[in-house]
Amino acid sequence: MKWLMHFVRAVHESRAGRISFYIVVACIVLAFIGPWIAPYGPFERVYDPVTERLIRLSPPTRDHWLGTTTLGRDIFSQLLWGFRSAIVVGFATAFGVVAIGVNVGLISGYMGGRVDTVMMRLTDIFLGLPFLPFIIVILAITGRSTTTIIIAMTLIMWRSAARVVRAQVLSIKQQSFVAAARTTGGGDLSIIYREIAPNIMPIALVNVAFSLAWAIITEASIGFLGYGDAKAISWGTIIHDAYASQMMYQAPWWVVPPGIAIMVLVSAVYFLGRAYEHVVNPRLAGQ
Amino acid sequence: MKEYIFRRTLHMIITLFAMVTIMFFLFRLLPGDPTMTVISSAMYPKAQEAMRVQFGLDKPLLHQYMIYLKNLATFDFGFSFHSSRSVSELLGGRIVNTLVLVLPSMILAYGLGALFGALMGWYRGSAFEAVLVLLATLLQAAPVFWIGMMAILVFSLNLGWFPTGHLVTPGMFIDQDLRMYLSADFLHHLALPFIVHTAYQICFPLLLMRSSMLSTVGEDFIEFARIKGLRERRILFRHAARNSLLPVATTIPMILGWALAGSVVIETVFSWPGLGLMMIEGVQRSDFPVVQAAFFLIAVLTILGTFAADLLYGVLDPRIVYD
Repeated sequence: MKWLMHFVRAVHESRAGRISFYIVVACIVLAFIGPWIAPYGPFERVYDPVTERLIRLSPPTRDHWLGTTTLGRDIFSQLLWGFRSAIVVGFATAFGVVAIGVNVGLISGYMGGRVDTVMMRLTDIFLGLPFLPFIIVILAITGRSTTTIIIAMTLIMWRSAARVVRAQVLSIKQQSFVAAARTTGGGDLSIIYREIAPNIMPIALVNVAFSLAWAIITEASIGFLGYGDAKAISWGTIIHDAYASQMMYQAPWWVVPPGIAIMVLVSAVYFLGRAYEHVVNPRLAGQ
Repeated sequence: MKEYIFRRTLHMIITLFAMVTIMFFLFRLLPGDPTMTVISSAMYPKAQEAMRVQFGLDKPLLHQYMIYLKNLATFDFGFSFHSSRSVSELLGGRIVNTLVLVLPSMILAYGLGALFGALMGWYRGSAFEAVLVLLATLLQAAPVFWIGMMAILVFSLNLGWFPTGHLVTPGMFIDQDLRMYLSADFLHHLALPFIVHTAYQICFPLLLMRSSMLSTVGEDFIEFARIKGLRERRILFRHAARNSLLPVATTIPMILGWALAGSVVIETVFSWPGLGLMMIEGVQRSDFPVVQAAFFLIAVLTILGTFAADLLYGVLDPRIVYD
């Protein structure tokens, strides 16, 4: 909670940070209420009230602000439902990634020696794996659901967080307060989690932001490639449906909005991460 | 130094070994019987059995694993389950297609990224800098396949400047040879995915160079160059930019491996028959030999790339000591 307050205060120092903060908060709110305010269900087919015929591939109208799909689904509603998927998958993955990355980085960096070697070799193995193809293989094995997508992404994304945290731990380890804690008889675990961990919180939060951005883009890519959760709508699967129907270029109203939603949310997250990074790492701010 | 290289080489071999082992067992977990795509149940049971023996699938898993290791060591990737052609043959053509797209666009992206990043860092606080930061962030935040679709929508379908996808106009070339790669038709097809990929790739070096410049311009030697009365342009390029290049240059090898693995989405949008598309098709068809070989290749490139990056760091920055 203390860190969250610090984060909010820090990003408010710049205009870009403030705007981005409100965009991200708005998206989180939409993730909660989006399905409530959406006029239709994500897979509901809409019929013309007069002719009772399915409204297929309609351009934007008064009743359907962003038009409909080839299967007669309301795109505006799908877009609203998509906030939930992006936020849930994004945050779950980002926290999973940073939780693993921070622990591996802390233990590896502090312990050094053989523990460090083994853990860094493990990180190297994951660094060598091709990112998106690996996720697709995991999803092909486990089946496609929101949970498996989160697990598959976390499984490969922790690698970079671990390296960043470890590098930070290596330099903190040299500082006198760590030596002081050791001489007063602090155990390894207590030094790692009581003394060093609070000092890597800023870099961990920066990593949460960048992992969040990455996770949202990756989830969209997974959806686009046809490996998204078939039971939930996401911005990636909307684009996939348009792509698979081969009507995407005849119906720009179908593919343009989900892309813009991704772009706005992810760039806000990037700006947020950078705004915070500037505050905790003043070297970046120049003179 | 010699000892460092020796130890790193040893580490690379161990890493690679662990990775291929994980890959082997991972792919065996894939659902569906891969042999069904080549071995039809309409065949005589005897013929089915013969095929299984031919692919070595009759042997126990551990035995298959040993054969797999032996073959990898000799760069023999076996035969595709799907097309019954040798994987090396399939892979060869595909990797050329990917490299033709990815390599030149990476070079251009890093060149332009470093140049404009340096200018952004130098003119900190200007409107020029603010606009480029916003543009680069928006571009980086948009999924590359979506940017590709928008480009097709505008430049191919509305303006009619470029074809919507594929290597060449279907039926124009029989063989994928040098004549095809040098043809105007090929370059015409290459243009749009090339521009989209470059635009996407440029964001990372651009923003990295900018922040690297920001910390360089605050250093004493820049101040000293000013006091010496050197011209602004000379300080910018000779002193500031040159010293800011280090963290940017060292990311090249890693980003290359990452771009190869990430090529799958852009290749899908532009129906570009490269390595990425091949991997996705391979997963869909449970064609282990093909996917394994592609993973192996990317892994080797990434591991070598990381090693090269570490060495490069030492060459560019003599302060680094290997131990």
